[in-house]
Formats: sequence, C-alpha cells, structure tokens
Amino acid sequence: MVGNNYVIRLATIMMLYCVLALSWNFIGGLTGYPSFATAAFFGLGAYTGAVCQGQGVPMYLAWIFGALMAAVFATGLGLAILRLRGHYFAIASLVVADVLREIVNSATKLTGGGMGFNLPILKLGVDAQAKLFFYLMFVLAVLTIVSAAYVNRHRLGFGLRCIKQNEDAANMIGINATIYKTAAFTLSAVFVGWAGAFYASWVNYIEPGDVFDILFSVKPIVMVLLGKTGTVSGPIIGAIVFLFLEELVWRNFLTFHAGVLGLIVVALIFYLPNGLLAVDFRRWLGWRRNR
Amino acid sequence: MSAILQLQGVTRQFGGLMALNNVSFDLRPGEIVGLIGPNGAGKTTLVNLVTAVYGLTRGKIFFDGRQIDGMKSHEISRLGVARTFQIVQPFPQMTVLENVAAGALFAAGARNLVEAKEKALEHLKFVGLADLAGSSASALTLADRKRLELAKSLAMKPKLLLLDEVNAGLSNVEINRALDLIRRLVERGTTILLIEHLMKVVLAVCSRIIVLHHGQMIAEGIPSEVVRHPRVIEAYLGSRFASRAQRNSDHG
Amino acid sequence: MGEYLFQVEKLTTGYGDIQVLWGVDLDVQAGEIVCLVGSNGAGKSTLLRCISGLLPPMGGRILLRGKHLSLAKPDEILEAGIAQVPEGRRLFSAMSVRNNLLMGAYLRRDGMGAIQKDLEFVFGLFPILSERIRQSAGTLSGGEQQMCAIARGIMSKPALLMIDELSLGLAPLVVERLSEALLQVNQSGISILLVEQDVMTAFELARRGFVLESGRVTLSGPTSELANNPTFQEAYMGI
Repeated sequence: MVGNNYVIRLATIMMLYCVLALSWNFIGGLTGYPSFATAAFFGLGAYTGAVCQGQGVPMYLAWIFGALMAAVFATGLGLAILRLRGHYFAIASLVVADVLREIVNSATKLTGGGMGFNLPILKLGVDAQAKLFFYLMFVLAVLTIVSAAYVNRHRLGFGLRCIKQNEDAANMIGINATIYKTAAFTLSAVFVGWAGAFYASWVNYIEPGDVFDILFSVKPIVMVLLGKTGTVSGPIIGAIVFLFLEELVWRNFLTFHAGVLGLIVVALIFYLPNGLLAVDFRRWLGWRRNR
Repeated sequence: MSAILQLQGVTRQFGGLMALNNVSFDLRPGEIVGLIGPNGAGKTTLVNLVTAVYGLTRGKIFFDGRQIDGMKSHEISRLGVARTFQIVQPFPQMTVLENVAAGALFAAGARNLVEAKEKALEHLKFVGLADLAGSSASALTLADRKRLELAKSLAMKPKLLLLDEVNAGLSNVEINRALDLIRRLVERGTTILLIEHLMKVVLAVCSRIIVLHHGQMIAEGIPSEVVRHPRVIEAYLGSRFASRAQRNSDHG
Repeated sequence: MGEYLFQVEKLTTGYGDIQVLWGVDLDVQAGEIVCLVGSNGAGKSTLLRCISGLLPPMGGRILLRGKHLSLAKPDEILEAGIAQVPEGRRLFSAMSVRNNLLMGAYLRRDGMGAIQKDLEFVFGLFPILSERIRQSAGTLSGGEQQMCAIARGIMSKPALLMIDELSLGLAPLVVERLSEALLQVNQSGISILLVEQDVMTAFELARRGFVLESGRVTLSGPTSELANNPTFQEAYMGI
C-alpha cells in the first residue's frame, strides 16, 4: 500500500515541478534567455491532449501529440523571437501564453472556450488513477533528467553555455547560435507539453485560465534560481524546496498564502543569490557550532 | 600563387557614414601583413566585414577561392578564418582550458569535448599558458588574456588569422614573446593580418603594410616605402616618427 | 639645481595581503618632466594611485614642497596641487567637453575669471577641443579624449601633473602632437611625471627617468644615460 492519496498527489506534483524546472533550465539556465513561455507550452500540450482525446484518439497517442505540438510550436516561435535579447525576449515570451489563452477561449467549438473541456473519464478506480498518473509523471521526470544530463555533458550544453556568456564570441568561434538556441527552446517545450497533456487527463477538466496560468511560467524560474542554474541537480533541489515551502505556506496561511510565499521567495533570493547549491553548508554549520 | 584573401571594391556604409570605401587588396598565403591607420579609419570594420559581423554595402570578399560575403560568421569560422577582438572577449565563467576547447570543438571539428580539451592543452602549451589551464578566464592579467585570445583563435585551426591590436598594453618582453609566436605560426602556414598602432611591432614583423584613412586605402607596400609615403606621414605617422623609422630601416 | 617639488621616499603599499611597492624612491624638481618606465605589473599605476590618495600607503612618505601628504584624501591632494590623468582617460563620457574641463576646476576657489583664462590656455593648446566643446566626451576619438583628459588635469591648476600611459592605443602622429603640447604645458610652469610604456616617446620628453621593476626602482638617472645602458636597452628598447 503506497499511502493515502494526498501523499501520492503531492508526489505527482513533485515530479511535475521537476519536469517544469529542468525544462526551463535548458533555455533560461543554460542559454541565458529568460523565457516566460512555459505556461504557453503547458497549456498547449494540455489542450492538444484533451482535444485529441475528445476526437477519439487513444490517450497514449494524445499525450504524444501534446508533446509534439508544444515542440513544433516552440521551434516556430523560437525562430521568431530568439533574435531578441534580454528583456525584450522575456516580454515577447510572456505575451505568448496570453495570446494562446485568448485563442483557446474563442475557439469554443473545438475547445469549449471559457466553459472548459471535459476529458473522457478513465475506467479506473480513484486509487489506481492516482498511482497511474504518479508513475507517468515519474517516468517523464526521469526522461527529462536524463536529457538534461546528456545535454549538459555534451556539445549542445557546452555551446549553450558559451552563448550565455558571450553570444558574439560564440558566433565567431563557429557555433551556429540560431540553431543551438532554437534547440534549447524546443527542449524547454517538449517535456512541458507532455506534462500538460498528462495534467489534463489527470484532472479531467481544464479551462484556459487554469492551464495557461502565468504561474506555470513563473514557478519554474523561481525553482531553478533557488537551486542553481545550469546544473541538473540544481533545478531538482529547487523544485523540492519550492514545493515544500508552497505546502507549508498553503497549510498555514490560507488567506494570504500567495503573498507570504512571494515574500519568502524574495527573501531567499536576496540571501541566496546563487541558489542553494552555491551555499557552502560546511562553513555555515561550522560557524553555528563555534557560537 | 593564388591569394588566400581577396577584397574587391569592399564598401560599407552606416547611414551617412562611409566606414570603408572601395577597398581592394590581396593577401598571399604565409604573409604577415600590417593594417595601420588612425582610429576610425576602418580597420576593425574591415575585420568585421571579413568575419560577417556586418554585411557589405558593395563589393566582394573571397577566401581561399570561395566567395564569403553573404555567409554567416560561424560558417566563415569553420572555413578557417579566426580573429581576436580589440577588447578581449573570453567566456568569463569558463576555465582557460574550456575557452580554448570551444575553439577546437566548434570550428576545428574536434569530435567531442574530450578530444577538444586535449587539443586545447596543446595550444595552451604553444602560447605558454598551460599552467593556467584550470584558472578562470576572468582572473587573468591583461597579457595572459591576450594570449588566451590567441590560443582560442589557434584552436580554430585557421588558415587566416586576423589579429586586432593584440599588443596594446603589453610590455616589451611580452611583445617579443607575442611576435615570436606569430613568426612560428607563419612557419606553420598561417597567414596573418595584423592591426596595430605600435609601429615598432609592425615594422619588426610585417612584410607588407596597408594603410587606411577615412575608410580608404591610401598606401600599400613594403615597410620602407610606407614610412616614406607623404600621405601616410601626414595622416598617421607624423614627421618625427617617420624620420626615426626611416633611419632605422636604412640601418637594416 | 632646482628644489625638490615632489618627493616619494621609501614608499610601500599594496592591496590587502599583496604588497606591490617595496620602498620606492622618486623625485621631481620644479619645472621638470620626469618619466617612469616599467612593464605591466611593475606597480606604476599602483604608485600613481597611492600618490593620488586612492590607495593608502603602508610605509614611507609622500612630500609636496616639503609637506607630508601621505595620509591626505584625494580631494586634499588635488587641492594641494597634484593632478592625475589616468590610464584610459576616464572622462565623464556623457558630459560635454566643456563640463569635463570645468569639473577639473571644481575645487578651485580663485574665481571664474582665472578659470576662464585657463580654459583659453587649454583651448590654445588643443584647438580641436574648442571645436568639440559641446560634444559629449564619449564621442571623441582616442587622441581627442587624451587631450581632453590632459586639459581637465590642467584645469585644476596643479603644480605636478601625473600622466598614466600617454600613448596607449594612439597613432604616432597623435602622440607627436600630444608630446608637443606637453612641452608647452611644462613651459607654463607645470611639472610633469610621465608614466609611459613607449620609451622613445618618454625619453624625448623627459630629462630624467626612473625604472620600476616588481615594485622597486632599479635604475634612475638622466634619460640620455639610461638610453645608453645595455641592460636597459635590452629590456625596454629594441624588439
């Protein structure tokens, strides 16, 4: 017996957060392009998966379509906006989620618009369903971790780090920055889109404002900054700590929880500017002991 | 012997400003050619045009027989053109070794990161930076950063190396070391275009000098001719320096 | 024989744990041009920073007209009559040429009339600056920026003008013009301490020179003697 459904649900969200954080790390942490498009990819994956299933496509296939749709969209979007730098890129990527949400809102016949979309109910019990989606998210998280580790260790990751530090010098040294950036952007979308498709099936009912919520863009950024950008373990640790904080705050500060969480995040970023992984815990503990 | 670099009527305009106007010359394989002229004459613009930082307004550029104007920077790098930047541009958060490995990996076709790092170490030994391989690129002194730029360019296995003021700020001893490296590079078959303000360097090592002024080529020839050229003296060298240099070149 | 206008005696200083200067002795007589040569890392810029009050000395003395200046703050040193033209010029790039020059005169108390006279003197030295008087200093060419930086130094009415790397990155013709201007500056009564990597330029201007190596003065004397010294020649002159 795995445990009660609350714990499973929490664990599933944990896996989801890992996927989101590691995905953002490709474009934000490694390449240095601050993307706010994660919510766009997530919502796109969710709606693609949902609409496909509504048209009778088997669930497993619908999820893959969700991932592919997000990836293709990211490639196209990347070719358009990756030529912008810094703040301009951030703003452009931010707008995308809103635009997609409005499109989905208006395409009522296809997506149900503002009334939301009901996905076909699975013929599984509540417990079995909870376990299934945990395992699915877990496998996706592992896939994302393996991809992140591979990229980090090989040519693509190295090239992206060069681009982050000095894009002009990177071009001069033979890196096709356009292709590398687009690849990173696509990677930042494919697992997120997949997760969105899982999410839609998991919760059975989605609305535009729910899956295109800007928080799906903001939270992964906070998680990665909390952990450490550019590494594999950084985003994972950041995701774990963030979830822990989120649950703590939600259980104790029901009314102001968003505000309190925000304050904690700001304080952490002030005192941990390079993330948790950059803190020399031995020195910190040693200091405590000497007192 | 065919030229390794050919500029034909190269012109670049920025709005109303003619940064380069109808510049044509050839570089032959194995030459060390100096490019001199006052600030704003267009020297760095010329390098930027060859490496496709900017496109041409008019004219053509050929490298190794192939037309390269219109190509992108990274493609030109992979064909065998490397440059240094006047204000040194390392990858600051990487080590010295990684900086050089980047050149080997992306331009010279090393198969993977491991092989690139091995090649990088050889290049670092060539410039004399091997014992700083593990240091952060941002922690180096100016002279070492210039050597790092050089090593990074070498790792790209260039046939043509464009050096943009590599010697500014270096002491005599360091300049001598840099010139020694340059001479050894030429022995290995690299062609070099040297942009310099330090005339003593240009006169010591260049077989030919090209002079730019207000974007136009005002002189081209062997050093002893160029230091006697009236327009060059008027625009750039000044009579006092020129007479000094002429005396030195007469003494051989 | 002139009196010592400016003297540095057994000066030691450094940055935290790293000692850079190990007992430097240097002097400038009234009305002289003196040069300081040495390679990168020898400590030339550190010495100038210490004299200007930007870096506290750890030992030794700095004297101007016999007055002890070692513990003075930068503005006090400027008021006492030592101005520095830093390496890389360090102009206020967003301000106009005119305002940069007036900033040089910021601490003066002798009134607008005297300042105006000095402005005219400076424009006489560097006519191109009067043409560019309203342009932002950041838009000037390298040579013009160096002229503006020197002019700014002159505007503080110094007794001693210290110049760090006059010729860095400048065309020979420009260096020639600057050298001529510096001779005129010297003739107007300002003594000059010139830190310069290009030994030829330095020796054409200065009558006496000091050689700094690893934070110590290893050679000093009339520049004509230094130029004939074989060790010096090998290290600092030919290529």
